[in-house]
Amino acid sequence: MKINDVILKTVGKVGVLIIFTFGIYLFISGHHTPGGGFIGGLVLASAFVLLFLTHDSETVSEAIPIDFKKLSAIGVLLATISGLGPVFFGQPFLSQTFGYFELPIFGKTELATVMIFEAGIALTVIGVVVNIIFSISEDE
Amino acid sequence: MHALILAILIPFLAAAIIPFIHNRLKKLNLGWLVIVIPLLLFAFFVYQIPVISSGETVSAMLNWIPSYGINFIVYLDGLSLILALLITGMGSLVVLYSIYYLSSTDSLPHFYAYLLLFMGAMLGVVLSDNLLVLYVFWELTSISSFLLIAFWYHRKNSRYGAQKSLLITVFGGFGMLAGFLMLYAISGTFSIRELVASAGQYTDHALFYPALFLVLLGAFTKSAQFPFHIWLPDAMEAPTPVSAYLHSATMVKAGIYLVARFTPVFGGTSAWFWTVTLVGLITLFWGAFCAIRQTDLKALLAYSTVSQLGLIMSLFGLGSAALYFGDGEQGAFYGLATFAALFHLVNHSTFKGALFMVIGIVDHQVGTRDIRRLGGLIAVLPITFTFAVIGSFSMAGLPLFNGFLSKEMFFTASLRAANLPVFSADTWGWIIPVIAWTASVLTFVYCMILVFRTFLGPKQSKKPEKNIVEPPLGMLISPAILSLLIVGLFFVPNLLGDHLLKPALGAVLPNITDAAPHISAWHGFNTELLMTIGIIVFGSLLFATVRYWRKIYNYLPDGWTFNNLYNQILAKSEKNSGTITSAYMTGHLPHYFTYIFGFFILVTGGTLLLSGALSFDSSEDAPVTTYDFMLAIAMMVAAIAIPFAKSRLTATLLNGMLGYSIAIFFVLFRAPDLALTQLVIETVTTVLFLLCFYYLPDWKKEASPRGVKIRNAVIAIASGLTVTLIGLSVNSFDSFDSISSFYEDSYELAGGNNIVNSILGDFRAFDTMLESLVLFIAGLGVFTLIRLKAKKEEPNDEDQ
Repeated sequence: MKINDVILKTVGKVGVLIIFTFGIYLFISGHHTPGGGFIGGLVLASAFVLLFLTHDSETVSEAIPIDFKKLSAIGVLLATISGLGPVFFGQPFLSQTFGYFELPIFGKTELATVMIFEAGIALTVIGVVVNIIFSISEDE
Repeated sequence: MHALILAILIPFLAAAIIPFIHNRLKKLNLGWLVIVIPLLLFAFFVYQIPVISSGETVSAMLNWIPSYGINFIVYLDGLSLILALLITGMGSLVVLYSIYYLSSTDSLPHFYAYLLLFMGAMLGVVLSDNLLVLYVFWELTSISSFLLIAFWYHRKNSRYGAQKSLLITVFGGFGMLAGFLMLYAISGTFSIRELVASAGQYTDHALFYPALFLVLLGAFTKSAQFPFHIWLPDAMEAPTPVSAYLHSATMVKAGIYLVARFTPVFGGTSAWFWTVTLVGLITLFWGAFCAIRQTDLKALLAYSTVSQLGLIMSLFGLGSAALYFGDGEQGAFYGLATFAALFHLVNHSTFKGALFMVIGIVDHQVGTRDIRRLGGLIAVLPITFTFAVIGSFSMAGLPLFNGFLSKEMFFTASLRAANLPVFSADTWGWIIPVIAWTASVLTFVYCMILVFRTFLGPKQSKKPEKNIVEPPLGMLISPAILSLLIVGLFFVPNLLGDHLLKPALGAVLPNITDAAPHISAWHGFNTELLMTIGIIVFGSLLFATVRYWRKIYNYLPDGWTFNNLYNQILAKSEKNSGTITSAYMTGHLPHYFTYIFGFFILVTGGTLLLSGALSFDSSEDAPVTTYDFMLAIAMMVAAIAIPFAKSRLTATLLNGMLGYSIAIFFVLFRAPDLALTQLVIETVTTVLFLLCFYYLPDWKKEASPRGVKIRNAVIAIASGLTVTLIGLSVNSFDSFDSISSFYEDSYELAGGNNIVNSILGDFRAFDTMLESLVLFIAGLGVFTLIRLKAKKEEPNDEDQ
């Protein structure tokens, strides 16, 4: 069954870009406004899902050579290890801290250690969701 | 971070690094790198000896769960120091020995990673001050020893032995955990030091005796005390270096350590005195009795370990009487037993470690451990023979070796206990020296069997397959060092006594100041010496006639052993749990849903009704707008329509409608995070469904009987009703203060304006972390299920 899906592919490409941007925005803005690791990860994952829908899985895995199983494992490790950090400063496991720094382009910026933790969550979510969709679609 | 904490962490870190570096060293044996760790740690603990022997202690703390008083507190006193020195010292020798013992075909990275894991766990056990931290490390020793015993996992016996040790020690560990929790309930603290400091206040508490017996259960299973000793002989399936380490020097000593550690808390009571003493004595006798019949050298040593552990255990039991009397002449008089226990603890590690290594050499060089096939090895293995003599004569308690000293003190203690004026010892106390002496005669016999049957006597007529020679020098170093220690400790025992045993005694009997004696080899011509002479005379007689009375074992009914009981329990529980599981795991999805929802209705709904939490209070409800009404009605229609849908696509769409409507509700109630999440999840699941859609079988209505349909309807309605009632009741339930005020200053506490994310990433980050782990495991589960299924369908492609 071969259908002409030029429109889908074209719209998909633009859509994926928008969703990616939106996902990253959500992830970064999560500290103060709606968003964060889980939602950001989900949105990014849905961008990948859209890619899989518009293109076949081989093309996508050639273009984006990421092993999503490993990605989710790295995410879990990152979330866990980021919790170990404070232990070395005499704080309880998973304590988070934050501070304000002067950065070259952004000016005064808040940096929080919770970002590392959230990044771990985001990677886990992306890895797991894409991995599930990928294995189901490949099976067929 | 404090060096003491690092000392525990270093082995774990090293174990984690090993998998990454082993590929880079092709030529160098991994053991040469690993040995650095125990050597360094040993040096560190040796460096602590002056501090500890001057009466001070060292402690350090890391926060773990401060709000519950559970922190990672490490604490080094005399008792911990002895054990830590044994763990790291024996660890160094065992690693050195294993470099030569293991062949290159064995998986060395696994071996050393497990060994380091075990070492770290053992250090954790003896250094923890917090009960729960101790428990975590305790179970970690069970797990890592399971891995070590099953190191040659292709052998059925190895797997059997590993499983047995795990089941028995973890069973005891659970008991111990319950005991710890009871101790917490009694005293309100998890700290051992605080427990010891307030000892004696809790004896009237209802939970005191249950806690006592549960803690002892943990100690007895770990230290292979009767009747839990059955796992230790089977654990000998492990490689010999492991046996030398785990089952002579360290793991089994964990139980001994626990008894010693809790003596100040529970000691001084009749229950503790008699339980520990009697279990120890029975184990001492039964282990020695069983050792004689063994034909496998390693099995003989295993039973002898069981027996010797019983001896140490009984000494701690006897010594606990000192706490009844407190500081004074009598306290010091009975406290000698505890001193002897600590002394024998060290001695046992030296001679048993040496003996295991000797047996390993025999096995390695000759190729068999069967006593019936060995003999006359003295001609070819003279050095090994020397070590064997030193080790077993020390174990038999003969002069010129350190075992003699502690054995004499054991007799002294048992004779004193017979005259103990309390705990009804004046009636029953006489059995203590009787059992002690009888068991020692048997000990003498099996020690002689070990030496003379293996190394002396006629050479076996069978031609050995290979030329038997002494092993490489490196394999001899470790037993040589231990043999030197055995002899050295006989001549200068007080060096050990003053610097290590005395502070340890202070830890076990904190209130008794003057119990540590001056150890002397010649202690006069007294009953103890007579007992020793009697042992040599009777023992030699029994050894000479052993083949006549060995038949006694045949009269013991075979089916009545604890081993048999264990196997029966294992087989029965496997069978029964199989029957039960197949009764409810039907593989039929509707059944599972029936169980899940039925359970939910019963437990949750039942609790709601019975606890009287059901209440309706609509006074504080927000007004319901037209939008809310419309949305709710739309959702209801969709939900009711799903069961009546004619095609699968319709059902999916209706389901999607429900999901998106909930998202709209979130928008209405100003929860953008949730709305966003719901929308994305709904989209992704719909896509997922569409992916499978094409391949699903045809949608056909289930033609279930009317009764089933009614039952399902009842369950569905009841579930919905339960959830609704909970929702309504929660809204009007005000027994507890609202916790939301805590989160109002999320910006000050976590620096984030987004409360939801502050909760997820900061206040309750542990939940989030574990949830991500669950998600990860679920993802892996889906992946493997699908991939494995694909493999099964086309097995031929895989084979080709």
